[in-house]
Amino acid sequence: MAKQPAKPSVAKKTSVPTGDHPDFTLHSLQDAFEANKRYAADDAEMMEFYRQMLLIRRFEEKAGQLYGLGLIGGFCHLYIGQEAVAIGLQSALDNDRDSVITGYRDHGHMLAYGIDPKVIMAELTGREAGISKGKGGSMHMFSTEHKFYGGHGIVGAQVALGGGLALAHQYNNDGGICLAYFGDGAANQGQVYETFNMAALWKLPIVFVVEDNQYAMGTATKRSSAETAFYRRGTAFRIPGMEVNGMDVLEVRAAAEIAFAHVRAGHGPVLMECNTYRYRGHSMSDPAKYRTREEVQEQRDHHDPIEGLKKTLIEAGKTEDELKAIDKGIRADVAQAADFAETSPEPGAGELYTDVLVGEY
Amino acid sequence: MAIELKMPALSPTMEQGTLAKWLKAEGDRIEPGDIIAEIETDKATMEFEAIDEGVLSKILIAAGTEDVAVGAVIALIEGEGEEAATPAPAAAEAPASAPAPAPKAEKPAPAPTAKDPAIPAGTSLTSTTVREALRDAMAEEMRADPRVFVMGEEVAEYQGAYKVTQGLLAEFGPKRVIDTPITEYGFAGIGTGAAMGGLRPIVEFMTFNFAMQAIDHIINSAAKTNYMSGGQMRCPIVFRGPNGAATRVGAQHSQNYGPWYASVPGLIVIAPYDAADAKGLLKAAIRCDDPVVFLENELVYGRNFDVPDMDDYVLPIGKARIMREGSDVTIVSYSIGVGMALDAAATLADEGIDAEVIDLRTLRPLDTQAILTSLAKTNRLIIAEEGWPTCSIASEVIAVCMEQGFDHLDAPVLRVCNEDVPLPYAANLEKLALIDPARIAAAARKVCYK
Repeated sequence: MAKQPAKPSVAKKTSVPTGDHPDFTLHSLQDAFEANKRYAADDAEMMEFYRQMLLIRRFEEKAGQLYGLGLIGGFCHLYIGQEAVAIGLQSALDNDRDSVITGYRDHGHMLAYGIDPKVIMAELTGREAGISKGKGGSMHMFSTEHKFYGGHGIVGAQVALGGGLALAHQYNNDGGICLAYFGDGAANQGQVYETFNMAALWKLPIVFVVEDNQYAMGTATKRSSAETAFYRRGTAFRIPGMEVNGMDVLEVRAAAEIAFAHVRAGHGPVLMECNTYRYRGHSMSDPAKYRTREEVQEQRDHHDPIEGLKKTLIEAGKTEDELKAIDKGIRADVAQAADFAETSPEPGAGELYTDVLVGEY
Repeated sequence: MAIELKMPALSPTMEQGTLAKWLKAEGDRIEPGDIIAEIETDKATMEFEAIDEGVLSKILIAAGTEDVAVGAVIALIEGEGEEAATPAPAAAEAPASAPAPAPKAEKPAPAPTAKDPAIPAGTSLTSTTVREALRDAMAEEMRADPRVFVMGEEVAEYQGAYKVTQGLLAEFGPKRVIDTPITEYGFAGIGTGAAMGGLRPIVEFMTFNFAMQAIDHIINSAAKTNYMSGGQMRCPIVFRGPNGAATRVGAQHSQNYGPWYASVPGLIVIAPYDAADAKGLLKAAIRCDDPVVFLENELVYGRNFDVPDMDDYVLPIGKARIMREGSDVTIVSYSIGVGMALDAAATLADEGIDAEVIDLRTLRPLDTQAILTSLAKTNRLIIAEEGWPTCSIASEVIAVCMEQGFDHLDAPVLRVCNEDVPLPYAANLEKLALIDPARIAAAARKVCYK
């Protein structure tokens, strides 16, 4: 529905701070990225990115709808607008080895693994078939099978936990890396910097990703953060930073290739800032009065990650009909997932007491 | 096929709201993202955003209507072509499958009582300090399982702030004995994440007072994740270090966190007294698939006790131990309090009062059966706890006696705890604040009406 051509960037900062010594700002990775900013995806890859991002979009729209109907309770944080970040990064992972951890805005990261939308939606509605048996909810979902370690509700906790997953990769010498996502709000938590320090000190294989969606709940980054160029916040620990347009899946993927190679080679952590935008409120109960309708509309009209890729696909010769058919299939899948999540039973009362402890004492 | 637009719930608690204003009229075209209406709740005015596309065909609830129930159909959208075929969720009421009334969940029966391993006749005993017993436990488990490692402040090159990790670096190297910066929150989180990733970390806190910086990871990350994941996630980690009052280190370095951690489902909490228990229970803790808080005591580190010379001395978690058998009164205690309780029992014996002393050893899960069995025998019970009285382990034991042992009580259950003040520095005041054998003996006499 873009009425104007998608612009490539959220464009709010200068990407290379002039006047800083390059050793200090550690932007060798950024330089490599700047040299070739868009991943050269073939048609099949692009179509897959499109499908995955659209799946997240439609899934989240449906989740919002079910929340409105009272079928989803508590807190529910939607990923709409940020789809390119999870897809661009996770498409570059080696899923046999690498691990992922994130905060509470976690639906999209799970869908990026190809996890069945049914079990995710059923978790949101608190049903037995949910991926956490209905005992975790929107913020607490995990798939150890995919090495996805949650789904954490305490802002910033996943950063230190991700450091531990990276320590396990290093300890086991399994060649894997950890991808730890957090938001611009979490970026001000103290434990993030404790973890930066140890990760750099021990050269842990971890990519820290700040999903900067411009608002920590209702507080704009410039009102909460002395340094809003989050990619620079690792410099004190000699962690190289990268600044990436998180609204362009091909840019995110290109950045991922560079960062993952650096970390996998044993050079220690990378801090990547993906500038993105969430269209919805912080959670479903957030009226989002801290920004204007026009600001949101501007992002939707000019920077939407799905519309942006759609334009690239059309230029590459795909037809509207082909893309519409994908959307139709996704809508049907999501409708099925919603139906499943509504109709499957709640957990049995006996589940109240299971999974508290592993052992018997 | 028309899509029904329903009154949305805009917060976890909203049941009804006011349809303040329609921003679209009948016949208007709607695109996803368009604001259709404004809804007022008791907290805020929210915009109601379209998800589907089509034409607003019918407004069913007029602007200004108050108390519109969540889920009521407020308008219809006529879809265009096949996309509109997306089925709208059917039921508006609460989950249809919700059984009413819900059947009462039955708590699973407790596991059969485990016993301490029999020590074969003729087994030699070696006098060992608690400090060495803890070190031996870690070293034995590290030899047996390459996933086990130790991390913490000064655990490696310095050999441990209290020398509990002495010698481990030389044997196991820096990969498995890791000095951390002074960042408790960070390294507790890294240890917890490593456990989630399949390792078996032992995280040493220089003292548990500093673990306050890290308590979020102990409780929110380590204790709850298995439950929240429906049993997928494991967190086999041991958080250990000295706990409770030391000597003249002031209020911020003198506190018993046993009751704090023992209140948290998902944690195992162990607080041993003597060297054999310290060794056998730390080995069990390291092997345990659940997160364990292992509370030691600085004042006991240097005390010698006999430890059986066995290749693999592992004790069951969750089992109390009768330290001294008696028939007149039961003294329940744990950690450093056990030594004081035994001293008190010796004094009482001279007076003709035969006290039974029980060491809880594990604070969670609590061995209530051992407490109740002893109570049934002696009919009198006191708790000696080096810690504050309010919301203490003592409070919990009293509750257990009231709920499950009331018929056996011949006297009120008394608690002997520290004074309810931050621990003072002055030597005389500190002495006044802490429990001692004399106070324990006095309470025992009181419940014996002597």
